[in-house]
Amino acid sequence: MGLESLFKESGFFTTTIDALVAWSRKSSVWPMPMGISCCAIEMMAVADPKYDIARFGSEVMRFTPRQCDLMIVAGTVTYKMAPVVRKIYDQMPEPKWVIAMGACTATGGIYRTYSVVQGIDQFVPVDLYLAGCPPRPDNLLNALIAIQDKIGRTKAADFKNAELPELNEIQNN
Amino acid sequence: MISADSLSQKLINQFPETNFDISEYRGEITIQFPKKIVIDLCKFLKYDSELEFLLCEDITAIDWAKRKERFTVVYHLYSFKNNLRLRFKTNIDESEQSGGKAGYSIDSVTSVWQAANWQERETYDMYGINFKGHPDLRRMYMPEDFEYYPLRKDFPLMGIPGSIPLPKK
Repeated sequence: MGLESLFKESGFFTTTIDALVAWSRKSSVWPMPMGISCCAIEMMAVADPKYDIARFGSEVMRFTPRQCDLMIVAGTVTYKMAPVVRKIYDQMPEPKWVIAMGACTATGGIYRTYSVVQGIDQFVPVDLYLAGCPPRPDNLLNALIAIQDKIGRTKAADFKNAELPELNEIQNN
Repeated sequence: MISADSLSQKLINQFPETNFDISEYRGEITIQFPKKIVIDLCKFLKYDSELEFLLCEDITAIDWAKRKERFTVVYHLYSFKNNLRLRFKTNIDESEQSGGKAGYSIDSVTSVWQAANWQERETYDMYGINFKGHPDLRRMYMPEDFEYYPLRKDFPLMGIPGSIPLPKK
């Protein structure tokens, strides 16, 4: 199981800092539950004993963006809600990832109307689009595994030149 | 129990100079009335000891688009005493507003039913009907600085592009 299987007799192994950091990051992804509508019910089901997101190290759903690495946007995002989602995204510390959960979040879904944003990628960068209306909990687990794969491939250099948003810019949004 | 006939008789006795159009369909009574008596009529319906329509269930509107009297405002009431639902409605046309600006308006009934507060705000938000005398006529669903009325027939389904700004990516 896990890291200890790599130990030989001496208890030493060699690796790169990038690999170690990426491995620890991907093994403890803390999600921000941006539960807006019915997809949030499926997201809650993921945390229960039947599906058990704790198996993947992500059971710590933090209700403050300051402690999160992954925002799961679960539900229909209206134009009125969009600044709120963006503000919470801006408050999350780097590095961070976003799952657009469900048809509404990814494309507007059945709500092809004036009040619903037709895809949240118009105002936040999205790492993974999760199909379904709503997606089943195992589908969300699959998305989490895919995000873990993505995090596992990152290197420290990927975040070197990341721009920090200006404070007043966040406040204006 | 109050029937449509006795209700219309009571209304005619109370408002002798007013034309009502009272119809009954499957036990539901509908009254069409001129808009200038709206508050007097609501007070009568609520406080009359035989009627007691205490609950204002809904206030909404209909946009007829091409009619001269463009909007119909619809009120739904319920009387616990008689276990009776009542629908009454009035047509409004474009009338002179304060400040010389034309618009659609009707008197607010918030002084009769507190429940009318949010229902009138919603109707204002969606149809742009001004309820005169409303204590706090702000938008209900749409952003405060939104300039259009989404449920009007001339509003496009996908909205006006750029009318609600999105945050920068």
